[in-house]
Parts: sequence; structure tokens; C-alpha cells
Amino acid sequence: MSQHIIVLEGLTKKYGALIAVNDLHLTINKGEIYGLLGPNGAGKSTTIRMMLGLTEPTAGIVRVCGIDSTVNPIDVKRRVGYLPDNVGFYDNRTGLENLLFIARLNRTTDAEAHARAKELLDRVGLADAMHKKAGAYSRGMRQRLGLADVLIKKPEVIILDEPTLGIDPSGVREFLQLIVQLSREEGLTVLLSSHHLYQVQQVCDRVGIFVGGKLLANGDIPTLSKQLFTGDSFVIEAGVRYPNPAHAETQRMQLEQTLRDTSGVSSVQVVGERFRIGCSEDMTALIARIIVQAKIDLTYLSKKEYGLDDIYQRYFEGGQTHEQVA
Amino acid sequence: MSRWLNLTQTTTKEERSVHPFWVLVAKEVADHIRSWRFIILLLLILLTCVGSLYTSISNISKAVAKPDDPEGGFLFLKLFTLSDGTLPPFHVFIGFLGPLLGISLGFDAINSEQNAGTLSRVMAQPIHRDYLINAKFVGALLVISTLFFALGFLVMGLGLIIIGIPPSAQEFLRIIFFLLLSVLYVAFWLNLSILFSVKFQQAATSALTAIAVWLFFTVFYQIIVSVVAKAIMPADTENPYAMMGYQKFIMGLLSIVPSQLYSDATTTLLMPSVRSLGPLTMEQVYGAIPSPLPLRESLILVWPQLTGLIAATVVCFALSYYTFMRKEIKSR
Repeated sequence: MSQHIIVLEGLTKKYGALIAVNDLHLTINKGEIYGLLGPNGAGKSTTIRMMLGLTEPTAGIVRVCGIDSTVNPIDVKRRVGYLPDNVGFYDNRTGLENLLFIARLNRTTDAEAHARAKELLDRVGLADAMHKKAGAYSRGMRQRLGLADVLIKKPEVIILDEPTLGIDPSGVREFLQLIVQLSREEGLTVLLSSHHLYQVQQVCDRVGIFVGGKLLANGDIPTLSKQLFTGDSFVIEAGVRYPNPAHAETQRMQLEQTLRDTSGVSSVQVVGERFRIGCSEDMTALIARIIVQAKIDLTYLSKKEYGLDDIYQRYFEGGQTHEQVA
Repeated sequence: MSRWLNLTQTTTKEERSVHPFWVLVAKEVADHIRSWRFIILLLLILLTCVGSLYTSISNISKAVAKPDDPEGGFLFLKLFTLSDGTLPPFHVFIGFLGPLLGISLGFDAINSEQNAGTLSRVMAQPIHRDYLINAKFVGALLVISTLFFALGFLVMGLGLIIIGIPPSAQEFLRIIFFLLLSVLYVAFWLNLSILFSVKFQQAATSALTAIAVWLFFTVFYQIIVSVVAKAIMPADTENPYAMMGYQKFIMGLLSIVPSQLYSDATTTLLMPSVRSLGPLTMEQVYGAIPSPLPLRESLILVWPQLTGLIAATVVCFALSYYTFMRKEIKSR
């Protein structure tokens, strides 16, 4: 069996004039955790649905575990666990009943289904709530139940569509750790989609950035950040106040010059009382010292975190032209 | 048929794991039985059933007394048809409440799953897509059949205890056919509402549309037909051929309505003395002995009604099947 567990070749999906996915080429290796990143409406969910044979591609080939999803979706769905975004459960059934239902649909015998469901509920931390109605579950609990639901069929690959959506930050970290732990233990390949780079880069081996139906970048995090943030991989924002308003202008110019002259700083932008400093490494402490030494009050200092917005903004700024897909 | 056999066969082959289709059916049946709306309708139907049984039993002594009644030999069937005018008989009640039952079991079949986000979860399992819609239909049909047969046998049992006269074989068969027909009639409304549940995103829209269709056929259609009938009434009322054609046309218009088909078919089945559903000329009636028809003849008489109902049911199911198979399965 080949190393490539998911292979997409020239995958295209059109809805009338709208091109949701445009000539996508992607391979995902066995056992890795792959993050598909992109803003809403980028075609992530459509791509995932095509992998499962829930939607027919307009052109191209999808092969999951060596099986063509378009021709033979049943065999693919037997091997792939899929957690849709906004997953729903039968609210009038308990968490355990919901799991057993899915297990039975996968032809698991009753005794085995019971044992496995209980074990999984225990591992995702829902052992106490398994006899509660799924309708009474909180958002985070539903997501964890969803993970158990995906794993109950003993899949080779799990595909999670926006699994972190709507969970609070600490819940997200916990949930992602759970995914990593479970997938490493069972040797699973994981594909997860998200629009939060920072959440996903903590856990993914490789990441693909997907905008407007096209894969803009693809690779592991170091490669990707080199690709994306050529020059300055860190941006530090500093808020200042000039103690003497009369000298404000000269002080500002001086500080700007000092910062520019510091090695490692690649760009300085000034907007009002805010400095935006781009640098190749984390220089927060040094910048703070420079500002204070210049006898300027430092009111606020922060490392700028990139959202996905900044990333593809950067793509356009970087002179690389991408045709905007309608 | 071969598909069904196939399904049961695989059930036995795979060591005790139930075929996914029957897992879905079992879930549907459980959902229906637990749902409030089914319990409420069940109580309603049970109440009307008891009510009409009571009127028919309290009037049955008068029916026995009539010596020249051609249906004198079918005392047991009178349990289902007899009424003193205060409460309609059982089969009329079913004609009225049946559609409501069918609609309530089907109007949110697909769209509720879609809205709850469970549709994409179930579709991600290794099952064929049509299992789901077939299971929706089969599950509801099982519930309806069980309900009607239980009711029918209950009425028969109670009647047996109270009047003490056992039904003849023919009467028993007529009642079985009546029950089958009732299931078929409800199945039509069930399929219509399943079709709406595939078409409309909101369960409320599909329920209201189905009820609108039902109201149209039970109330407004008759009014429209009578207006049309007045408008095209032939001037020459003396001409028997013109009158005959006119009558046939009006009958044809009315027989589009499923409830008309159902009531025609049930009256023929439950009242063996009904000899024709269309107009009869004097020549045809003249010399006819007022005797009941045998079951076979009654069945031949209602054959067009029966096929009409089956066709309507199949068309509705085919449409919903087609629409569902082409539907894009999106998460909520």
C-alpha cells in the first residue's frame, strides 16, 4: 500500500458559474495530521464532501485509501470517519444511544458496539454524561461526542470539518490535544479544516492554505512561514506616549530612526502613537528597552498574531498575483 | 421484492449484526412511537373508533329487524358502517383522520434531519443514500399498518364479544381488504408529506403545504366541481346520452380526489349491496335482484380506485426518491 492515503488530482467543482474548488492537487500521507486552512467559503467543506463521495466532482479524481470516492463511496465511508461542521445528534436520545446507532450502521455487533462506545466515551471524558440526552450537552461536549462518534467505526482516516468552531479557547486546546493523542495512539491519518491558523498550527504536521478554491501554499509549518513571512516573521506593535508634547515630532522621528537601525528590524510603520515593527525574530524585549531609553512612555506592547486574513493579505502584498475567483 | 429478500438474507449471513437498513427502520419506528404527535393522533383515532363502535352497536338491533335488507347476511360488517347520524361510521372517520396521520408522520422526515445536522452524519456512514428515504417510508408504514390492524382486530374482537355473532370468512376478508386499503390511503398522504419534506427546508412549510393540499381536496375541490357542474349542465336534460356523459364527466373530476377514491372503495368493500359506483340506466337496474355482490365482484368494482390510489402513492414516492437522491447533502 502506498504512503499516500488521500490523493486529489485536478479536483474541480463548479456550481453553475461559481467555481467552488479549482483544479486542486493534494496528497496526504499515512499517519500525518494535515490542516486545511482557509476562510469561510473557500471550498474546504466542498473538498471534504468530495473526498467522502457526498458530492460529485465536476472534474478530477479523489482517491482515499486507494479507493475512488466518486465510484465507490461506500467503501471509502467504511474507512473514513467524518465529523461535519456543526454536527448534529438526535437530541432526544442519550449520548450513548447516538453512538450505538452509528456503530450499528457500521454493522458492529451489539456487544462490541456497547464495549467500544463506553470505552470511547470514557476517553473523550463523557463517561459521566453518557446517559444524558444529547440535547442537554454543551457545545464542547457535543464536539467531543462527535469525536467519539467518528472513532467508533475504527477508521483509518478521520476528517474533521471545523472541529474547533464555537468552543472556548481552553476547550480548543484540550480538544486538539485529544485529537492528537487519539490519532497517535491509533495510528490514524487526520485531516482537519479550520480558519484559525494559530489553533491548527499547534497540532498539524503539514498545513495547506486554501483560498477561493485554490491551494495557495502547502507544507510543514517552518516551510510555510518562510514562504509566507519572507523577511519579517514577527510583527510587534508598540503604543507610545510622548511626555513632552512640544518635542513629540522630533522624538517620534528619532525613535523611528533608531528602530530602523537596529539589526533584525526590517520595517517600521508609524500610525499616530502606534509603531508597527516587523522583525525576523522575537525582539519584543529589545524594542521595549529602546523605547524606554529614548525617554518615551511605553503604553502598550504586543506581538501581533496572524489571522488568516493577514496571511493572504500578505500573499497579495508580496507581489504574487492570484486570480480572484468569482 | 428481490431486494427485500436480499436484505433479510444478509442479515442472517453477517453474524448477528443487523443490516443497516433495518437499523434505520428501527430508529424511525422508535422515533414515531415516542413522539407526542403520534400519541395524540393515536388517542384521537382510538376515541373516534370507540365512539363509532358504540353507535354502531347500539343501533345494530334495529338493523337486524329489517327483513328485506340485502345486507342482512353481513351483520358483522355493520359494525364498521352503521350509524344513526349522530356520529359518522368508522370508515368515514378514517377517511378524515387518515390524511392527518400520514402527514404528521412524514412532514419533517428529511428536513428535520437536515436542520438538526444529523443528515450529513448519517450519510457519512457506509450506507446507500436511498436507505434513509426508504427507511423513512417503511418505518412510518410499519407504524401505520400496526395501528390499523390493531384497531381493526380490536373492533372485531369487541364486536364479537358484544353481539356474539362471529364474522363469516367473506366478512373477515372484506375487513382485511378494508384495513389494507386504509393503510394504502394513509401511505399516499405519508408519501406526499415526505415529498414536501424533501422539497422544503422548513418543517412548518412542508406541514402547512401538505395540510393545504388536504384541505383543498376535502373542501374546495368539491365546491369547484359543483360550480363546474352547474356551468356545463347540458341544456337538454331529456337526452339520456347527454346526461350520461355529463354524469361521467363529473364523476371523473371527483375521482381525482384521493379521499373520494378511498370512500368509494371502502363503501363498496364494506357494503356488499353496492353494485356500481357510476350512474346506472333504468335498463341496467331493471330486473336486477337486490342481492349482495360476492367479494370478488366487489374487488373488481373498486379496482380502478385501488390502482388510482396505488399510482398516486407510487408517483409521490418516486418524486421524493428522485429529489432526495439529487439533493446536495450539506451540513446544517
